[in-house]
Amino acid sequence: MIAFLAKRIAVGLLTLVVASIVVFAVLEIVPGDPAQLMLGMNATEEALAALREQMGLNQPVVTRYLGWVSGLVVGDFGRSFTYSSPVIELVAERAVVSLPLALMALILSTAIAIPVGLFAAARRGKAADTLAMGAAQFGVAVPNFWFALILIYVFAVWLRLVPAGGFSGWENGLLSGLRALLLPAIALALPQAAILARVTRSALLEVLGEDYIRTARAKGMPRKAVLWRHALRNAMIPVLTILGLQFAFLLAGTIIIENVFYLPGLGRLVFQAITQRDLIVVEGVVMLLVASVVIVNILVDICYALVDPRLRTR
Amino acid sequence: MTMWKSVLAATALALASSTSVFAAKTDLVVGVVLEPPHLDPTAGAAAAIDEIVYANVFEGLTRIGRGGEVAPALAESWEISDDGKVYTFKLRAGATYHDGSAFDAEDVKFSLERAMAEDSTNAQKGLFAAIDTVEIVDPTTVKVTLKQPQGSFLYNLGWGDAVIVASESAEGNKENPVGTGPFKFDNWAKGSSITLSKAEGYWGEPVALDTVEFRIIPDAAAAVPALLTGDVHAFPNMPAGDALPQIEADPRFVVVVGSTEGETILSTNNKKAPFDNLKVRQAIAHALDREAIIAGNGSGFRTPIGSHFSPGNEAYVDLTGTYPHDVEKAKALLKEAGFEDGFKATLKLPPPSYARDGGQIVASQLREVGIELEIIPVEWAQWLDQVFKAKDYDLTIVSHTEPNDIGIYARDDYYFQYDNPEFDAVIAELDVTSEQAKRNELYAKAQTIIAEDAVNGYLFQLPKIGVWDAKLEGMWENSPVQATDLTDVKWAE
Repeated sequence: MIAFLAKRIAVGLLTLVVASIVVFAVLEIVPGDPAQLMLGMNATEEALAALREQMGLNQPVVTRYLGWVSGLVVGDFGRSFTYSSPVIELVAERAVVSLPLALMALILSTAIAIPVGLFAAARRGKAADTLAMGAAQFGVAVPNFWFALILIYVFAVWLRLVPAGGFSGWENGLLSGLRALLLPAIALALPQAAILARVTRSALLEVLGEDYIRTARAKGMPRKAVLWRHALRNAMIPVLTILGLQFAFLLAGTIIIENVFYLPGLGRLVFQAITQRDLIVVEGVVMLLVASVVIVNILVDICYALVDPRLRTR
Repeated sequence: MTMWKSVLAATALALASSTSVFAAKTDLVVGVVLEPPHLDPTAGAAAAIDEIVYANVFEGLTRIGRGGEVAPALAESWEISDDGKVYTFKLRAGATYHDGSAFDAEDVKFSLERAMAEDSTNAQKGLFAAIDTVEIVDPTTVKVTLKQPQGSFLYNLGWGDAVIVASESAEGNKENPVGTGPFKFDNWAKGSSITLSKAEGYWGEPVALDTVEFRIIPDAAAAVPALLTGDVHAFPNMPAGDALPQIEADPRFVVVVGSTEGETILSTNNKKAPFDNLKVRQAIAHALDREAIIAGNGSGFRTPIGSHFSPGNEAYVDLTGTYPHDVEKAKALLKEAGFEDGFKATLKLPPPSYARDGGQIVASQLREVGIELEIIPVEWAQWLDQVFKAKDYDLTIVSHTEPNDIGIYARDDYYFQYDNPEFDAVIAELDVTSEQAKRNELYAKAQTIIAEDAVNGYLFQLPKIGVWDAKLEGMWENSPVQATDLTDVKWAE
C-alpha cells in the first residue's frame, strides 16, 4: 500500500511540474499586453513603460518562470497586477465560496444518483426504470446555465424563497451562506447526477449478470442483500472513476454558474483575470486547480484500493 | 404542499417589505457589470473605476456635470490670464479627506505633479502635458502655468484621472481610496460588492443616502432577476437589451435611455490599400445603412452619427447626410476607384455585442456593393495588440467612449492612420482657443472635415440604458463622463 501511494504521489508531482511549464508557456504566447489593457487607448508610451517596469514584465522569460516556480514551492503565489494584493489572499477569499459550492454539488449529485441508479437497475426494463432513465437523459441534455435560470425564476423571482444571486459572506451566518449556495449547487449537481445515475445503473446491470451473483441468488440470498452486498460494491469502480472526473467538471462548471448567480468564486476570479491579462493570478489559480484535481485523483486511486483489494498490489 | 409553499412565500414577502414601510429609505443597491480592477482613478483606464468613485469618493478641481458642462468642485473659482496661460484657482476652504486630514494647495500640487511625473502611470497622462509649473500661492490658492494656452484645460481637470489625492494616502488608494467626496469608502468584498457610506463633515451639500452598495453582476441574464426580486434597485447601465420590454411594462421600474460619449465607428486603416483611396472610403460610407444597423442590433435606442462627435454636445453638427445610404452610388465609386468587381478585406470584432452583432450587419451591407469581409472575432487584449498598437487590420468596429475625443484624429500614428494637415491645424487652433462660440465653430469644422474625408464609417452613438426603481430620484440620464454620480440621488418620500 505504501509503495502504491508513493508511486501515485510521484506521478502527481510530475504532473504539477509539467502543468506549471505548460501554463506559463501558454500565457506567455497569448497576445495582449497587461499594461496596455490597464491603461487603455489613451495611454502614453512612457506611462506604459513605467507600468511594465513596475509589474516586472521587463525581465526575461526564464527569470520570471524560475522566480514564479520558486515562489510556488514556498507558497508565495506573487501579487496580482490589477488588484495589487497577494494572489493567495484573493484565492483564499474566493475558495471559501467555490469549494463549499463544489462540495455541496458533489454530495447532492451522489445522494441523488446512487439511489436512482440502484432503483433503476433493480427494476430493469420496467416503467420505473424507463422513467428514471428518461429523466436522466433529460438531465444530461440540459445545459446547467439554462437550468440555473429556470431555478432563479421559480425559486427567487416567483416564490422568493432564496436570493436571485450574490453571496454576502459566511460572516452573516452559516444558514444565509448555505441559502445563497443552494440554487447554484442544485444547478451544478443535477446534470452531474444524471450522468452518475446512468453510470451506476449500467455498472450494476453488468455486475448483476456475473456468475457470482447467480450463485448468491441460488444459495438463497435475498434479492436486496445481493444487490447491496455483492453488486453495489463491485459496481463502485466505474462510479468512483466518474466521481473523480466530475470533481474536475464541477470546478470548470463553477465558472459559468458563478457568473449566472454572480458568486464571488474562483471561477469568476480566473475568468476576470484572463480578460484583464492578470497573468500571475491566472497562473496561480490554474496551478491550484491542477493540484486539487491531482489530489482528488490520488484519493480516487486510494478508494479503488479500498473497494477492490486486488488493486492494492498493482 | 402548496399551502406550505404559499405560507412560506407570504412570510418571505412580508419580511422583505416590512423594512421599507416606515421611513424614506436611505440605502441604495446599484448593479454594475464590471468589477473595477482597483479603485484609484489616477492609475487605470477602466471605466469601472470611475463608475464607482467619480464625484462620489474623489473630486477634482473641476467636475463634469450632468449635461457635460464644467462646474467648480474643489476649486470654487478661477481666473485665467489674458494670454490664456496662467490659471489661478481659489480652493474650497474647509474640505477634508475621509481620513480626517485637511485639503489644501499642497495636495493640488502633489496630485498634478504626480500625474505629470516621469514614472507616472496615469492612463490619461496626455491631459497634463500642457502644464509647465504648479505653484502654491497660499494654502487656498494655486497658480498653474501652461506651456501654451489650452482651451480644454478646465474640462481636462474634470476627468476622473485628474482627481485630487493626498500625498499620505495616494499609495493606498487602489485598495482603500481616500478622497474628499460626499461618500467615503467602506468595504470591498472582492468579486461581490463595494460599499460606500455618507461622509460626515463634507464641505458641500450633504447627500441623502446613508449607504450605497455597488453589486457586481456580470451576467446580463442575472441582472433582470436581481431587479425583479428587489435585490438591486438600479442599473445605471443595464446590460440586458432583450429583456427591456419586460421591465418597461413593470410599473415598479423606469427605463431611461440617455446618451453617452461612445461614438461607435467602423474604424478604417487609412494607410492600407485600398482604404487609402478616398473613393473606396466614400463607397463604404454610402454602402452603410445606419438605420438598418441600429434596428438590427440591440434594442434600437441608438442615435445615428455622421462624424466623430456626441449628439449631446452643444457643438454637435448633424452630418449623417454627408454620404446617404445609396448602393448604386457606392458601386459607381468603387468602379471609379478601379474595383469594379469589389475586393476582399478583414473585419476584426472585439467582444461587445455592438461590435459582434453590428459587424454581421455591416458585413452584409458591404457585401451588397461587392466588398467581401472576413469576420475575425478578437478579445480586447488581442484587439489592443493587433489593431490598436500594431495597426494590423483593415476594418474594425469599436466605440470610442472618451469624452470630447475628436482630437485623436490629429494624433500622429493613431490607429486610424489618418493624416490631414488641414484637420491638424483646426485642432491646434482649438487648443489655444477658450472662447466657447469660437470653439464650437472650430469643432463644427473638425467634424465636417473627417466626415467628408470618410475617415471611418460613422455608425451610431452608444446609448446609456438606465433602469431603476420608479421611486428613485436624481439618477443621471446621460453619461457625459463614465460615472455613477449619486450626489443628488434620493428615495421619494
